Amino acid sequence: MQRVVIVGASLAGLRAAQALRKRSFAGSITLIGEEPHAPYDRPPLSKQLLSGEWPAEKLFFHNREKHDALELEQRVGVAARSLSVSTNEVELANGERVPYDGLIIATGARTRQLAAAKDLAGVYCLRTLDDALAIRAALEHKPRVVVVGAGFIGLEVAASCRKLGLAVTVVEPQTLPLLGPLGAAAARSVHELHRGHSVEFHLGRAVTAVQGTGRVERLLLDDGSALDCDLLVVGIGVDPETRWLAGSGVALEARGGGVICDSTLATNVPNIVAAGDVVRWPNAGNSERVSVPHWSNAVEQGQAAATRLLEGPSTAPFTHMPYFWSDQYDRKLQSAGSVRGSDVFEVVQGSLEAASFVGLYSRDDRLTGVLSSNAPAAFLRARKLIAQTAPLSEARAAFAIR
Amino acid sequence: MKIVVDFDLCQSHGLCTEAAPELFELRDDGFLYVLSDTPAPELERKAEKAALECPVGAITLKDE
Repeated sequence: MQRVVIVGASLAGLRAAQALRKRSFAGSITLIGEEPHAPYDRPPLSKQLLSGEWPAEKLFFHNREKHDALELEQRVGVAARSLSVSTNEVELANGERVPYDGLIIATGARTRQLAAAKDLAGVYCLRTLDDALAIRAALEHKPRVVVVGAGFIGLEVAASCRKLGLAVTVVEPQTLPLLGPLGAAAARSVHELHRGHSVEFHLGRAVTAVQGTGRVERLLLDDGSALDCDLLVVGIGVDPETRWLAGSGVALEARGGGVICDSTLATNVPNIVAAGDVVRWPNAGNSERVSVPHWSNAVEQGQAAATRLLEGPSTAPFTHMPYFWSDQYDRKLQSAGSVRGSDVFEVVQGSLEAASFVGLYSRDDRLTGVLSSNAPAAFLRARKLIAQTAPLSEARAAFAIR
Repeated sequence: MKIVVDFDLCQSHGLCTEAAPELFELRDDGFLYVLSDTPAPELERKAEKAALECPVGAITLKDE
């Protein structure tokens, strides 16, 4: 293998490139990215960048890691348009064709738009550095902010706006913020946290219309209420960015369009692997294919996909314990393992009303996941127990003794 | 190799303690401790893994 092409110049793609070199791959590595930027870190976008604490320069990986020895050929600011698996070429938006011997698909995901807000100014999604810089600039005019979608991005935007002293209203079709990722009990505490910081909520409500002449002025909800608004941030989820793979022969999920991978992150096409938010794979021996669109998974999958490309089908299966965190006001929430499918959530340290707590998710008396707030050492302890799928009694004991 | 942790950036995610338990420890006070900032050659790979997996890029490795 002489030429590896990585499509997607974000975290998974960069970590894949680094892993190739670490494994002494001496051929060429071409990193193709749609955004006009070198690889940068996304988590601070909704936090330190939006609140103005950090300049954009602080996000670029090359400012905190040595990249010279990687000898990457970076092609940023140009998207991949299509893939030919018969000629082994990626076609770029400018018509250029880039040949490969091995291909790593790491194109991530794109934000869902709110159809009702189409073509209005003052409406933003937050995924990219340019999105975040545009929102930050708009925030300087002290707008009345409405956030649609009480997921992690939406709530972090709300928290950052409150930090800047701006009025924020959050609209969410579910009855609580973060209900899916956290479960009802913890979701209620997040709701209270934001209400305590004067965020106004419209829960269980859908947007029926977005009004304005040229720019957003008002949202109408399905209960008839109207929200005046100068800036609308839409955080209603993402879809895998695989439009460029349509018809290429790389198998995609019929539902959602993610790249179908086996347990080693290989696609159905030889010498093509995938990493990051774009991937659907059978994690940890499960038959169901899942996506884990979090930072640590992108890192580990980038490394694993690179290894798979170099070492072939005998590579060990890639397994991952999901990990994510979220910073909101003075809270650092950390979650590991799986909430879905758990039937019990119990707090084993602190309380949900306090700033610091640890809660365990379990099913059939087996630990499946943990959520903590401002309790990093206890969180790590729980994480280790999840890795061992410890019985709940053992996990309880590990906390009770402290 | 010398390990330098920027404690202004460190948020005690603790992933480094799993990547390289011989080098990093997160104690009950919630703070990260570097057990050895000059890893033995056989631990350098683990140190590199810890640096790459740090969610806030707080770990820098310098050649000595």
